[in-house]
Amino acid sequence: MFFLIIKRILLGLITLIIVSLITFVGTEVLPGDACTTYLEREAYGAALEACYKRLGLDIPAHERYLSWAFSVIQGDFGYSLSGQMPINEVLGPRVKNSMVLASAAIIIGIPIALILGIITALWRDKLPDITISTVTIFAMTIPEFISATLLILIVAIWLEWLPGIVIVPTDVTITELLPNIILPVIAIAMIMTAHMARMVRSSVIQVMASDYVQMAILKGVPYWKMVFKHVLPNALLPAINVVALTIAWLLGGVVVTEVVFNYPGLGRLVIESISNRDLPTVQALAIILASIYVSINLIADLLTLMLNPRLKTLQIRK
Amino acid sequence: MEEIIQKVKNLSVGFKSQKGHEISILKNITTDIKKGETVGIVGESGSGKSTLALAMMGYVKQGLYKMEGECIFNSSNLLNMNNRELEKIRGRKIAMIPQNAGQSLTPNLKIGYQIDEALKLHTSLNKNDRDKKISELLNKVRLPSPETIALRYPHELSGGQQQRVAVGMALAGNPDLLLLDEPTTGLDVTTQAHVLELLNFIAKDTGTSMVYVSHDLGAIAQVSDRIIVMYSGEIVLEGPTRDILQQPIHPYTYGLLKSIPKLSLAGLPDSMPGSQPQPGTKKKGCSFYDRCNLAEDKCKKNSPDLEYINELKTSVRCFNYKKLIKQKSENQSNIKRNEKNIKVNEILNLTDVSISYAKQKLLDQIFNKITDTNPTVKDINIDINKGETIALVGESGSGKSTILKSIAGLLRTKEGKIKFDKDRVLSNDVKKRNSSDLRAIQLIFQNPDESLNPNHTVEEILAQPLKLYFGLSGEELKQNIIELLEKVRLGKFYMSRYPRQLSGGEKQRVAVARAFAAKPDIILCDEVTSALDVSVQAAVLNLLQKLKEDFGTTYIFVSHDLAVVRAISDRVAVLYQGRLCEIGPSKNVYKFPSHPYTEVLLGAVLEPDPDIKPKLVAEDIVEDKPPEKGCCFQGRCPRFLGDQCKNETPPWQIGDNGNAIRCHINIKDLEKKQNGN
Ligand SMILES: Nc1ncnc2c1ncn2[C@@H]1O[C@H](COP(=O)(O)OP(=O)(O)OP(=O)(O)O)[C@@H](O)[C@H]1O
Ligand code: SF4
Ligand code: SF4
Ligand SMILES: [Mg+2]
Repeated sequence: MFFLIIKRILLGLITLIIVSLITFVGTEVLPGDACTTYLEREAYGAALEACYKRLGLDIPAHERYLSWAFSVIQGDFGYSLSGQMPINEVLGPRVKNSMVLASAAIIIGIPIALILGIITALWRDKLPDITISTVTIFAMTIPEFISATLLILIVAIWLEWLPGIVIVPTDVTITELLPNIILPVIAIAMIMTAHMARMVRSSVIQVMASDYVQMAILKGVPYWKMVFKHVLPNALLPAINVVALTIAWLLGGVVVTEVVFNYPGLGRLVIESISNRDLPTVQALAIILASIYVSINLIADLLTLMLNPRLKTLQIRK
Repeated sequence: MEEIIQKVKNLSVGFKSQKGHEISILKNITTDIKKGETVGIVGESGSGKSTLALAMMGYVKQGLYKMEGECIFNSSNLLNMNNRELEKIRGRKIAMIPQNAGQSLTPNLKIGYQIDEALKLHTSLNKNDRDKKISELLNKVRLPSPETIALRYPHELSGGQQQRVAVGMALAGNPDLLLLDEPTTGLDVTTQAHVLELLNFIAKDTGTSMVYVSHDLGAIAQVSDRIIVMYSGEIVLEGPTRDILQQPIHPYTYGLLKSIPKLSLAGLPDSMPGSQPQPGTKKKGCSFYDRCNLAEDKCKKNSPDLEYINELKTSVRCFNYKKLIKQKSENQSNIKRNEKNIKVNEILNLTDVSISYAKQKLLDQIFNKITDTNPTVKDINIDINKGETIALVGESGSGKSTILKSIAGLLRTKEGKIKFDKDRVLSNDVKKRNSSDLRAIQLIFQNPDESLNPNHTVEEILAQPLKLYFGLSGEELKQNIIELLEKVRLGKFYMSRYPRQLSGGEKQRVAVARAFAAKPDIILCDEVTSALDVSVQAAVLNLLQKLKEDFGTTYIFVSHDLAVVRAISDRVAVLYQGRLCEIGPSKNVYKFPSHPYTEVLLGAVLEPDPDIKPKLVAEDIVEDKPPEKGCCFQGRCPRFLGDQCKNETPPWQIGDNGNAIRCHINIKDLEKKQNGN
């Protein structure tokens, strides 16, 4: 078990190193470099020279990678080109804002997905299932940018209940942020919740049809006790990994939604820094997104490992 | 008058087809279960046995519904009760032991918890008493160290142990009636014999009535007082066990008994033509009409009633049962095997073959170092003659299929050589074998559902090898396919069918035809009849034998069923934990089993005769690894000698009748001892 955990963590680290290499090499082989793109027509002579010095572009690529990687490990991403300030300072509030958005979507989405999934499975092919399933399948098929736009149209423009676009400074406090995030959260949570609810439904249905559930019924175990003791633990275990994937995939949804709502998070920063050709920031973002991705999957793996009696004892025994 | 515990009256269960037709799968079943008796329900797959047993608990599977009738227990009808009322009866008054205990124990709950749950529901004991009771129950089903077993999860037990836990759990509420659905199917012969013996003991000890559902007449014969034979949702024969088995007066039961291969008989069992009609397809008349050799015109028009015959104490559903009364199910098999084809010409030699599943570390691989000193299969030496059928037998985990896979090149051998046609060494990697070697060795698998591509028609399935090995096309290809189908007794209209449109037996015939399409020299048969009903199994065995005589093919036949092996094989090799124990001509190995393990195995075989009891000479422990040194069977051997068996690898000895065994005891002494038994 211990070795398995170590192995998973190592694999995660290797993934990160590969991602960093790819982004580094990617920015390296692009025509031009950070300085020429940034200085544009003034990219000659002393100004270019000075820029190279400032960014350390005058030393060989592999040394640059190593020193960059080394400072990243220490939590320093260097300087942003456009803002002319440390990337850490640019990122900090953005990460916080995006986290607020994503966690709100997750905190609201997961319980709803579980409840909907379980209800639809237990009342399979009955009225609750048919209505909820129709809605979830519908919700699954609408991409965020459409649902986000529709939400703005209906809730903000027609009904005028909530602000349609988030106009706040990047470094707002969370309490100021909250009323603004309701619509973006709904837009993100919708698809994710629908996906997870479908997944939970099929998993519960599969377990309900298993021999051991039939056995529990024949043993005389009361219905709800059977559901909580015999069905759910076994049905939700395989769902953990899917939930993790959905959350990781939510990152992409966050990018789109942030842009539509003009929300000051990581997603908007991705778009901004790409259009500004702010290569150091793009690199930093790639690393950060990849680490989130890797750690979510790592956590899911470890959870499964810990909760599954089969894997647990197997590993301990060996 | 004995006390009746459960009364099934005019019970019909069915489902609505997509077109809205009512299709019944249990038709008008009436029977009583008396206090303290064990009733066996037997029939082929799909005959409705499980549905009937479940109805006796007031349970109807999803998708099915009760059409008519009642199941009366304690003067109330279980099929009209609501869930609340049923929860009070299930597990307490009537308990169920499921078919596959491994899948019927909830994986995330410990054994102790699952039994405790039943105790909490059905008794008023406090925590301490319940803990005591759990140990007591586990003890009763003869599990070693109950305290530690209670703390384990289901997957940490062997199949036999899981089945015992299920029995223990069922006994928790002291039920009046115990329903068992195929409780020993899928267990090893020795384990099966032990579980049945346990059930017999419990029936006597507690006086519980039992309903024992199984397709296996051998198992039924050992436990039941009375037998109910089902066919296509109807009871066709019902009566005392001994009478039914010794004088089966229904043509179906007669045929069924004849199609079971028996240990004491050489030669192939008789097969019955056809298969059970699908629910909903039957028209008027007797449901067995199509397959019956006593059928007359009146059988086609009228359905016979279940008639009670006083002097035989038996009920039978047949117009012509009288013709079978005198005709005892004679213990003679009509079909003899022809052994003339066997030449002393060796076609395949396995020399010192070892196979390991352990992954080699990268470094050891590079330096070609052998790290696994205790491989799954070790020291296999077998020379196989052209045209013979050699069988590999042993319990699960004995490495039978592993050896087959290596011969086919699907699994690398770790050491040793596999030689084909005397001198050609076969590569141990299937990708490196040339086309003619690939053609020469074909495999037939246990489960045709998995080995036949569901998206291909029979024609496409058979065309593949013909195109690949012989480059046939067009009319010639088609002609060859038709010929192949004829050889396996399938008409040419099967060409356009998909596997799902075939019955189990037909699918296996297609698989056989595909193997023969390559005109192979050797066919590897891996449990090819295990998934089939006995009557179909008999037909497939006969077909394999016929084809072999026509083509002179060599079979390597793997099976856990010793009676099947007896019927089909010329020579048999007995394996334990991937090591050879005994090898010799079948007739001698079965008549004079010399190795202690062969003796244990053969002793545990169940015959469909209540007067032949299995001999249980060794514990049914499951070992998960062969011992590092000494004799492979030391852990369970009833004749264990001590240090010698523990430390020294036993030598090969050859007996007078051609059996070779690997044991420290002198083969002459073993033969004498066993005949004395
Ligand atoms: N839910 C269902 N819907 C429709 N048909 C069903 C359903 N369950 C079972 N059947 C059909 O009912 C018949 C009897 O099934 P049952 O499980 O009782 O057979 P069985 O004798 O126990 O067979 P086996 O030996 O394979 O367990 C079969 O033809 C089966 O296909
Ligand atoms: S009634 Fe006729 S067809 Fe049916 S089993 Fe008897 S003899 Fe055969
Ligand atoms: S060698 Fe010893 S342990 Fe092995 S079979 Fe013979 S007597 Fe039994
Ligand atoms: Mg069944």
